[in-house]
Amino acid sequence: MKTILFIIQKEFKQIFRDKSMLQLIFILPILQLLILSNAATFDVKNIAITFVDNNQSRESRELISAFDASTYFNVTESYFSENKAIEEMQKGKTDIIVNIPVNFNRNLQKDKKGSISVNINAIDAATAGVENVYVTQIVSAYNKNIQIQSKYISENKEVEQNIMVIPSFWYNNTLNYKTFMVPGILVLLVTMLTLFLSSMNIVREKELGTLEQINVTPIKKYQFIIGKLFPFWVLGLVILTVGLIISKVVFNVPMLGNILLVYGFTSIYLLLILGFGLFISNHTETQQQAMFIAWFFMVIFILMSGLFTPIESMPKWAQNITLLNPIRYFVEFIRMVLLKGSGFVEVLNNLLIVFGFAVVVNGLAVWSYKKTN
Amino acid sequence: MSISVQNISKSYKSIQAIDDVSFEVNEGELFGLIGPDGAGKTTIFRILTTLLLANEGNAKVLEFDVKQDYKAIRNSVGYMPGKFSLYQDLTVEENLTFFATIFGTTIEENYDLIEDIYVQIEPFKKRRAGALSGGMKQKLALCCALIHAPKVLFLDEPTTGVDPVSRKEFWQMLKRLQQKGITILVSTPYMDEASLCDRIALIQKGKILKIDSPSNIISKYDKVIYDIQSKNTHGLIHDLKNYSSHYSVYAFGEFIHYIDTNQNFNPNDLQDYLQQKNHTQIIIKPAQTTIEDVFMDL
Repeated sequence: MKTILFIIQKEFKQIFRDKSMLQLIFILPILQLLILSNAATFDVKNIAITFVDNNQSRESRELISAFDASTYFNVTESYFSENKAIEEMQKGKTDIIVNIPVNFNRNLQKDKKGSISVNINAIDAATAGVENVYVTQIVSAYNKNIQIQSKYISENKEVEQNIMVIPSFWYNNTLNYKTFMVPGILVLLVTMLTLFLSSMNIVREKELGTLEQINVTPIKKYQFIIGKLFPFWVLGLVILTVGLIISKVVFNVPMLGNILLVYGFTSIYLLLILGFGLFISNHTETQQQAMFIAWFFMVIFILMSGLFTPIESMPKWAQNITLLNPIRYFVEFIRMVLLKGSGFVEVLNNLLIVFGFAVVVNGLAVWSYKKTN
Repeated sequence: MSISVQNISKSYKSIQAIDDVSFEVNEGELFGLIGPDGAGKTTIFRILTTLLLANEGNAKVLEFDVKQDYKAIRNSVGYMPGKFSLYQDLTVEENLTFFATIFGTTIEENYDLIEDIYVQIEPFKKRRAGALSGGMKQKLALCCALIHAPKVLFLDEPTTGVDPVSRKEFWQMLKRLQQKGITILVSTPYMDEASLCDRIALIQKGKILKIDSPSNIISKYDKVIYDIQSKNTHGLIHDLKNYSSHYSVYAFGEFIHYIDTNQNFNPNDLQDYLQQKNHTQIIIKPAQTTIEDVFMDL
């Protein structure tokens, strides 16, 4: 025990002695949280939309002004030829072309039906999808308007009753993306920092040759490993605390659940990440190698965490891979607890999975750590 | 017997690092492994300090087997690797305290053992180890290796990269440690340090060529070596190599060491030959045999 404490003390001394590293450890995550949380938005704004109005009627102008009124769209110049508009899209000056046919107003009045064609620049499929939803929403609002008007005009006629859908978004009723991104990004930062630091730490001793000196001492494997990793466990919790404070103060993220539960879960989660870092350390010879391997896993973990792309929309095999992704469980967990106020029982499943992973990964890491070659 | 090595072999993939090495070190002995870089000295050290497992053969340190009783060995030996391997970002004092603690002891407990070395670096005890000079680093490393009062000390090329004065001091320290009853196994590529050991093993390409005391090794050498000098050193080596009965010719300090194949070699014949080759200020005299000469001939 005394030995472990002494190694921990030595590690902390080394961490605090490297002033520039210490600044990086604390300032970078804070900056990232502030920048990413403001930047990683799913809202698409300032969409350039071009109309080819072959109709030139009151109805077509109303449709155009409906788009103009929306804050999401910037209506650019209208053209009379579709080819001219397509040219504009080629040049990247417009994102959407709406073509209103010649008989638009007549068809609307006669058949209560009109069609317009919408071309969306789908170079970025995700953006195109969002734009499509916006266009549909504005067109359907316009539709309703037309129906009400025609109802007034033909008061006696029976008008088909539409089914109204009024969505109510629970746990984040304004669909504020920050509420939903900030906890996720915080999870990424905690994971990234502890994984990188722990995977490079033991390999650093290997590189400097100090590990050789340590290995000749009667120090026990478990003493050394605990002594080396404990400081990063503490560091991980400190980063979590700083991140939670920023989430509350800067982003006003709701914290409905028990904060102690978040700490409890993170404590176990950090064991998993540190064990993984140790495992990388054991199988590499230089800090560079360790860094590359840690990055490789980190990128997969981040992109398959469900933070940026919903897991539900992934193909089946990719969904199965995410089952092995620790970040997935942490992101799920932290959103459940902070936004939904879930209690211990609701998150028990995630807790058990992460705990199981932690046991397996640490078992492998300790087993593969050798004092002798 | 403090160290006993029997028929140890170790290869890294296709390279045979050491090949069937056997030797024994007596208690309280200062034993040197002498050989050039890449001879396999470090591999032997790593096997004996339980950092590396041999492919074949047995080795014992203090009667403990390096495989089965590695824990006991780690408790009772001190090891100073060839590369400086203390924490550069910790101070002198912190390094020493750290190693004392992980061996379950304190600096005070074994202070008498390290005292005469430690007093030399004590003025810098608040300085980070990385900021010390080469000689100071060696002294600190030696202190750290000694702090738990080991019975056997392994020093892998302790004087490589250290200035001549510090080297001399370092060997005086080793002699004092030996008087305190510590068995020392030391390796060095410097032949002049070989004569300071009680016994030496000459090692090359993973094989031990000779084990004996330095004086025996020199006295058993039967060939006569001549120091030769002239004004044109480069031409001298060339011409000596063309002399019909030469055995070996190599530069040695300010002289050329020359050995003849002929037992009844007459220096005057050689003098005549060199004069014919237009050499001036020729000196030819019998030389003192050194370990290096023996090594060159193996």
